[in-house]
Amino acid sequence: MNEINITDILLVSTALFFVGVYGFFTRRNMITMLMSVELILNSVNINFVAFNKYLFPQNLDGVFFTIFIITIAAAEAAVAIAIIINMYRSHHSVDVEDATDLKY
Amino acid sequence: MNSTVIMFYCISAFILGTGILAVTTGKIFRSAIWLLFSMMGIAGLYFWMQMEFIAAVQIIVYVGGIVVLIIFSIFLTQKSGEEMPKPPLTKTIFSLLAAILGFIFSYLLIYQYGFNDGNAPFELKVSDIGLKMLDTGEHGFILPFEVISVLLLAALVGCIVIAMKVKSIEE
Repeated sequence: MNEINITDILLVSTALFFVGVYGFFTRRNMITMLMSVELILNSVNINFVAFNKYLFPQNLDGVFFTIFIITIAAAEAAVAIAIIINMYRSHHSVDVEDATDLKY
Repeated sequence: MNSTVIMFYCISAFILGTGILAVTTGKIFRSAIWLLFSMMGIAGLYFWMQMEFIAAVQIIVYVGGIVVLIIFSIFLTQKSGEEMPKPPLTKTIFSLLAAILGFIFSYLLIYQYGFNDGNAPFELKVSDIGLKMLDTGEHGFILPFEVISVLLLAALVGCIVIAMKVKSIEE
């Protein structure tokens, strides 16, 4: 084990992805679920950058995908937090179990 | 074991440790702070891969933007000192089982695929990113760039509209 190759980086990003999935399954608070989604998006970014660096060093496509994913993640977090604050104003709770108005 | 390898393992352990703490801590404010450290560790991993521009973008957008936004929303909606209710035990067990089985499946897939990474030199120049971002030719990224700018404007307007307090008609 003298050299880090792409398999090791992919294992780290996979582990981070499933840490995010575990948090998404167990948490019931909307803000903490949003944090788990951010962890998942970050693991995907690591994958894109590692593929770009180790497999296709003559292109820049992975870097561009990473930049666009970061931008969309920022927009998504802003909209999600606006929805959470609006829901807190009407329900006085940010628990997903209380958000059942559209259920039936 | 040279210093690059040791640095990679240190950064990975930091990212995964703070990530696990971020999804398991009982207090929500601590969870946000652990998430911040995890994002910093990911920026460190980008520095380790010599992607300085992506690392800078990661620090500016995630650490300086999204985590601060999350902390503000925690202050607006939660009692940040209180413990959150714990999930039921069966849910914890099955979530853990799903995450571990998924990780083992992905591990076997990645391990058996056999990537042939030739160690070609890679350098990321910021001027190349700028030129390619505004390139109108065959492999340019001008169209997604414009679409993203419209998306950001739509998100901005949408956030204001959603979070705005509506005045009732009687007033």
